[in-house]
Formats: sequence, C-alpha cells, structure tokens
Amino acid sequence: MTNTLTPPGRPVGDGAVAVKPDDRLAADKRYKIIEATMRRYGYQGHGLIEALHSAQEAFGYLDDFTLKYITRALRLPPSKVFGVATFYNHFTLKPQGVHTCVVCLGTACYIKGAREVLSAIESGHGVKAGGTTADNQLSLLTARCFGSCALAPVITFDGETIGKVAPQTVAGQIAQRLATSALR
Amino acid sequence: MNLEELNATATNERLAQAKKNHHLHVCVGTACQALNSEQIAKALQTALRQQGRNGEAEVKCVGCPGLCSLGPLVEVASRVNGGPTQPANESPADANHRTAVLYQFVKPEDAEEIIAHLGGEPVKRLETPLDQPFFTRQTKVVLENCGKVDPERIEDYIAVGGYQALLKVLTEMTPQQVIDEITRSGLRGRGGAGFPTGLKWGTVAKADPNRYPTNVPEGIQSRKFVICNGDEGDPGAFMDRSVMEGDPHRILEGMAIAAYAVGANHGFIYVRAEYPLAVKRLRTAIRQAQRAGLLGNAIGGTAFSFNVEIRLGAGAFVCGEETALMASIEGGRGTPRPRPPFPAESGLWGCPTLINNVETLANVPPIILKGAEWFAGIGTEKSKGTKVFALTGQVKNTGLIEVPMGISLREIVFDIGGGIPDGKEFKAVQTGGPSGGCIPAQFLDMPVDYESLAKVGSIMGSGGMIVMDDSTDMIEVARFFMEFCMDESCGKCIPCRAGTVQMHRILTKIQEGKATTRDLQILEGLCDLVKHTSLCGLGQSAPNPVISTLRYFRDEYLSKVKPG
Repeated sequence: MTNTLTPPGRPVGDGAVAVKPDDRLAADKRYKIIEATMRRYGYQGHGLIEALHSAQEAFGYLDDFTLKYITRALRLPPSKVFGVATFYNHFTLKPQGVHTCVVCLGTACYIKGAREVLSAIESGHGVKAGGTTADNQLSLLTARCFGSCALAPVITFDGETIGKVAPQTVAGQIAQRLATSALR
Repeated sequence: MNLEELNATATNERLAQAKKNHHLHVCVGTACQALNSEQIAKALQTALRQQGRNGEAEVKCVGCPGLCSLGPLVEVASRVNGGPTQPANESPADANHRTAVLYQFVKPEDAEEIIAHLGGEPVKRLETPLDQPFFTRQTKVVLENCGKVDPERIEDYIAVGGYQALLKVLTEMTPQQVIDEITRSGLRGRGGAGFPTGLKWGTVAKADPNRYPTNVPEGIQSRKFVICNGDEGDPGAFMDRSVMEGDPHRILEGMAIAAYAVGANHGFIYVRAEYPLAVKRLRTAIRQAQRAGLLGNAIGGTAFSFNVEIRLGAGAFVCGEETALMASIEGGRGTPRPRPPFPAESGLWGCPTLINNVETLANVPPIILKGAEWFAGIGTEKSKGTKVFALTGQVKNTGLIEVPMGISLREIVFDIGGGIPDGKEFKAVQTGGPSGGCIPAQFLDMPVDYESLAKVGSIMGSGGMIVMDDSTDMIEVARFFMEFCMDESCGKCIPCRAGTVQMHRILTKIQEGKATTRDLQILEGLCDLVKHTSLCGLGQSAPNPVISTLRYFRDEYLSKVKPG
C-alpha cells in the first residue's frame, strides 16, 4: 500500500489530514461516488459492502487500488476487505468485457435446458463461463436465478432479460446484439 | 399524517379513481417488464390520447398479477353502469374486478385496438378468461394488492386501506395487544421453517438489550432491530421479489407494526442485489412513506419513531440464514454463528433482533385490520392462512399463486397449474429449493402444510414449487442441488464444506456409471453426517434432495450402480 493515498473523511491520528493528494483519486471522479457512499455510513465498517457495491458499479470490477482506497477510508484491516470482496459472488476482481451475458442456472432454467444453452454460448463465442472473449467484447457469467422462472431458460445481455431462449439460436441472438452495438 | 389525514387521502384518491370508467392495469413485474411491458403502457397512453378517451380511462403500472407464462398481461377493469357512484368504503379494486377483462401476450401494436374496444366487446384474440381455475382456486391475502395498485404511488396503497393497520396499532393498541393478536392468528414464519411469529415477537419484546454486550454504530438510535429478510436465494423462487416489486408499502407497514410491538426504532430490509427493480421500488416507497409521516419520527403524530434502511446482498445464498444475514448487514463475510444466543436475544450488533421473512411481514397488516379470527379461519389446524408459491418447471401455467394452507398438491399442479404440457406424465414436485425434497406422484393428494411436507421428507421452504415431468433425471436433480450447496457453502464448518464436495463427487460418479453399491452406502452415511453435524440450516438441509430422491426414486440410483 502506498503512503500517497489521501484518507478521505476523517483526519488521521492526531488530527492532521494526511499527505499528498493522489493523482489517481483526484483525476477520477468516480472515487467521489464511493466516497459519498462511505460518508453516508459515517466511514464506519458496516458500510463496507455498500462501498464495494458502489465501487463495482462505478468501475465494473474491484482492482487492488480501489480495495486499498476503501480499506484506508474505512480503517479496516486489508484482510477483512479482501475477505468480504472475495466471499460474495457478486463482486469480481477481474475486469469485465465490454458486454456481459449472464446465463441463469436456477432450478427452473436448469430443467428447461440451461446447461445446453450455456454450452451453446460457450462454443459459439469461444469463451468459458466466468471468462471473457479474446477481443474483450463479451464476458460470460452464470447466476443462481433471476427470479424470472416463468421465462425459463433465461439469459441477460447487458442487464436486458431475454427469456425462453433455445440452444440452437442463442449464440446467434448474442452475436446479433454484439453486432448492433458495434455499429453504434 | 394522522388517521384523519390518512382517511382524507384515501377518500380523495378513491374519488379521483372513480371518475374514470376504465382502469388499464399493465404488469411491470420483472417477467413482464423483460417482455417490454413499459412500452405497452406508453402505447396505451398514446392511444388513449389519440382517440380522445383519456378523460374516461387511466393506465396504471402495477405489480405481478401472477400468470407470468401468459405475459405481458394487461387487465382492463371497467364499471358496468359508469358514473362516479362507487360507495366510498368499497375499494376500487373490488368494484372493478367484477367486470374485468384480462389480455395475454399483449404487444405495443395492440394498444389502439384495446383502447378502441373499451366499454364494448373485449378484443377476442387477446382475451384470456378470468374464471379459469388459475384465478378462481386462489385465495389472495398477501398478493391482494399485487396487480391492483401502482407500487410507485403511496396514495394508491392508501386508497385500498393502506397504513390503516399501522395507525390503528399506534393509536388503539398496546404492544402486548399486537403480539397477542398475531399469536392468536396462528401466523407462522413464511421463510420455510414455520416458527410461530407471535412467539418470536414476544421473545424480542421481552428481551433485555443490556443482557449481552453490544456495539451499535454511531448514528443509529435503537437498541432493538427489526430485519426484513428479502434474501430470496432459493433458485426457482420469486414470491418475495413479486411482493417487494408489486406492493412495497405493505412490507414497510408490516415492519413498522412489528417494530412497535417489539420496541425497535430501526429496521433493515436485506434484499438481493439481483433484484434491482425491487430495490428501486422499496427505495421509492421508503421515501414516500417518510414524506407522508408514516415512517421516521413521530409516526402519525404519536411518540413512535421508526426508520428503515435497505441493505443489498451480494450474491451469497447462505445470507438467507439469519445469523449470516446479520453478519452481512454488519459489513462482514456472511458466515453463520452457533445459536444460542438466538437473534431474538443477541442479534444485530448484539442487540435483540426480530428477523422475519417478507411474506410473514406482508401478512401482518390484514391480520390487524380483519382480526386474528379471520386469519385463523383460513388454512388447517396447525398451518393458518395462505402461502404464496412460485409455480414453475414443466407445468402449463407458470407464475405466482397464493393458496390456502391445506390445499392438495394435485389441485395446485393440475387445476391451478393446468397440468403437464406436451402430453407427458407428472413425476415429482420439488419444494423448498436446495433445502427441500422431491415429492412423488403417490403423495399428490396430500395437503400442503408445514407438517405434511416435513413428513414426506421435504419442507415448505420459502415457496418455490418446481414441477418435473417423466423425462426428468432425478439423480441429475439431486446433483444439481448438491452442486449448488457445494458452491454456496460458506466454508465455516467442516461437515458442510467437505461433505457437500464428497456427496457431489459420488453423485457425479453415479452419473458417469462408475459407482458401486458401496458408494451408495457411503453417500447415505454422508447424508446422515452432514445433516446432523452442520452448523447452520444450509448444511443441515443440504442432503435433503439426495435423501428424498434416494427414498422415492431408488430404482434410478440402483440402475446406474454396479454391485460391489
């Protein structure tokens, strides 16, 4: 951990607000959003998960720098922050592709063929579940139920729900969406 | 807002609604929204304007009416004779229901035709009958407002009698009277285990906040807490999501009543991050209730104050377990801890904590308004009231249903669910998610209540009900749930962490045809061990899908193992 980080909020130790402003924190406005979240919880430890949520929302993933920044601000041991960030499935420490496709593997989807849907996407786009394509365009993830079981099997593409997909056509549907967004 | 102001708001809202002869309810639950139902609402509004009929009709976005498989759904409720003659004490929902028409698979292009037919013959090609068993066999208590009220307008909830129960409790009842009423109603926890709600409330009310060391963070002024458990992690279950999306104010009202009864001034709603729409609607509802003086300080002009915060889950199934959930609210890893002390005595930050499921809390306002006797009149001797189920899988009508306790599985699957599609045979129904079991055809006539389900090796669970037809491989189902538990085990206690991995390994071996009868014996031994020695509910119930499939579908296992 570098000592050039500015601890936001509370002054350190005997009241002196520490040291040189860090370029990255100043340059990137997204840290302001995380800062606001932590301020809402009075920079107390119970705001950790909320802070990680806003960090992940702002950056798409949690990198070392951001984790250290939150660690400093909330005055928690790094082990605790890293432990929480890795415990919950929702948080990811790896950068994601430009687009994200999530395949639901809940019970209803599962018995309606979600496995086949997943392998169709995997082979159609050359990416394994949990990974990102070589051109960094598509990340493929799995989830444990969106609660849209009536539409099973379900996938989401960039947050948009696509229901009643079929293994034969699903790879094409995704390719089409990737193509349309590339045109934009 | 005090009682008089609340009544005035309700009357005004009802009068305003009564001016319109037609009410178009567009479902904007997650499933219908995924099918563009918001576009439909816009198209209907445009069509109303174009045809110059916006004076006599209104378009309302509502929560889930239940029949998700036919979505997007639009309900058109019209009054027969027209004119604002509706009696003030009749809710618009009741009055309208008599002449309602339900349209299925609606597309934005259909809007003009629907509007043109308002007041005349309904559009035949889109109509789906409202007198089909799916609707007539249900008894709606928790879901009575879902599909009727606009979840983003507090006035709409007030117009159907919302927050009346809260103000009644605050002005006319003592906390003990509230607890007695809930106890007499026989309400039991809807999260799955079925613990008597009144007993839980009574324990928290009596608990001494100073008995255990506490460390409440700065800025929170309460020494007891109420938590609403909206971490609906069971795959295949979406009851709580629909209530949070379709009727968020009712949950807030239920929480406030619970807080008054147990003496808490601060509450948390723990919602899965996978339910963004529910989070958004709950946030809106909290803001509106605070502005109306129905949450916050001095509620309804009384001395009672109660604040609610939302906390997001982050994708950990184990956080549905109460002690793990509280660890997560405290900002840590969601791992359970041994009980006792129970949360009722030492919970969140060491304070006495009441933790109830979404559906349990949603049952509270009607019990207060209509009385414990009314509620106790529904259901069976030991299981009172209704239960919401998410009916999914290989069944014609998938969606959200609410039935009285004690109804038979046959009625649910074949009458309400419409039976198995594609001419296949019913094989089993899975209840309780990864903690439950598979119930075979021989128990179809068994009543659905806490005790009967436990007797056949399943549990009520939070309400996922997945129907399987004869093409389903039961070992694969067991393996699916075991894989789930293996991934979701938090790793704190060894039986669950290591046992689920070993059981999954044996199930995989069976599926690959490499197992022997000796492996089956080991599997059964492991089931017993994990069930009895795990720390929390996740591990204790993880073997249930294996045990129940071994019990009822042993042939399938035996056909795949070699003697050895």
